[in-house]
Amino acid sequence: MSYKWNWSIFWADNPEGSGTFFTTLLSGLWWTLATAVCAWTIALLLGTVVGVCRTTPKPWLVRLGNAYVELFRNIPLLVQMFLWFFVLPELLPMSWGDALKQMPHAPFFTAVVCLAFFTSVRIAEQLKAGIQSLPRGQTMAGKAMGLTLPATYRYVLLPQAFRIILPPLTSEFLNIIKNTSVALTVGLMELTARTRAMQEFTFQVFEAFAAATLIYLLVNLLVVQGMRRLERRLAVPGLIASRTAGGH
Amino acid sequence: MFNQFDFDVIERSWHYLFFTGMAFTLQLTVLAMTGGIVLGTLLAMARLSSFRVLSMVAGAYVNLMRGIPLILVIFWFYFLVPYIGQWLTGADQPVRVGAFASCLTTFILFEACYYCEIMRAGIQSISRGQVSAGYALGLNYWQCMGNVVLPQAFRNMAPLLLTQTIVLFQDVSLVYVLSMPDFLGAASKVAQRDGRLVEMYLFVALVYFVMSYTLSGLVKRLESRIAIIR
Repeated sequence: MSYKWNWSIFWADNPEGSGTFFTTLLSGLWWTLATAVCAWTIALLLGTVVGVCRTTPKPWLVRLGNAYVELFRNIPLLVQMFLWFFVLPELLPMSWGDALKQMPHAPFFTAVVCLAFFTSVRIAEQLKAGIQSLPRGQTMAGKAMGLTLPATYRYVLLPQAFRIILPPLTSEFLNIIKNTSVALTVGLMELTARTRAMQEFTFQVFEAFAAATLIYLLVNLLVVQGMRRLERRLAVPGLIASRTAGGH
Repeated sequence: MFNQFDFDVIERSWHYLFFTGMAFTLQLTVLAMTGGIVLGTLLAMARLSSFRVLSMVAGAYVNLMRGIPLILVIFWFYFLVPYIGQWLTGADQPVRVGAFASCLTTFILFEACYYCEIMRAGIQSISRGQVSAGYALGLNYWQCMGNVVLPQAFRNMAPLLLTQTIVLFQDVSLVYVLSMPDFLGAASKVAQRDGRLVEMYLFVALVYFVMSYTLSGLVKRLESRIAIIR
């Protein structure tokens, strides 16, 4: 028994009757990107707050930030997904829990919240490293000019730190796109789940997986290009050593 | 708030959870780590090789693997490994491969790419002079790598390699998608059988947390102990 290739399968009608298998994959891609972008926005906000907390001179804030990071870093993403999806509604008061369970698009919102918290920790780590890589004189200069601590962060530290950590943030964004695939376990019909459904229906395993692989690589490429542009636009001459070509 | 829950389910099933589930997870982690580090080191050497074709092939492989989600890779190999087996052995049927072997192949080939990037940085952290000195003493490439460069690279990169292993330990939970009895898979089977999702998943999260937290604490201690003062 050898494998029968059939590349024209993508133009065959899908079982939902909503177009071809190609459109099935595209709608999967749409859910992947929607989840990733929504989660990324929240993660960036949360990560910034936590990252800043961990660099402040207040010990209790630092400890709180550290505890947050340890909590979300030491539990596998899949387990976190289950905690948000299966466990949280049971721990809330009855009426809230029921409302959560009956919410339309529950897998989508679960995935967004879960990925947001999971990724915020990584952003917080990067941001902390970015802020700590700045010379101490920057904070002191801010203080000497009469800026309050929040103002020092807002106008002096964060604009520089974010420029420094833009390359690692790019790879975190790529990670969040890849990590959305974990949400297939709670029923989100994103790209990998659609691919799997297509494979189960048509038995064309390798065509389906090859297409998904290509789509993921294409998205990666676009994101990397986009972020490079952003980096170039945001670059302040003389602030960061000019980017060297190539490498990671 | 917890009085409606039944935490006895853990006591009833802990033997299965740890001796089947956790044993599977740890076995897969250790074997995939060993295989991944060996293959990753070879890949790193290939990427740094002056032989262009070799370095390009290794680079393309690493970037491809790092570009797609682990779950997709798990599915890929689950279906691909039988055909690779057929091709390797020349059989006329796809070879039947056990689920464990298929997962192990997946994790070795996938994690090797991440170990490769760490080892590449490790090899590059060794000064050129050491390699030149090795060659000046008449060592060939493999002797120079094996006796001069790699021992130091491993030492420098040990904390990063171990941190990656903790990530791998957590990633193993993804074999759940093939309904394997790893720690999470076993817990989820019990949870669904007894209708005790909340208790089980909280317990799983707690165990993972304690283990990962302890391990990363140990890595931090190791890091400060083996740090070479330059």
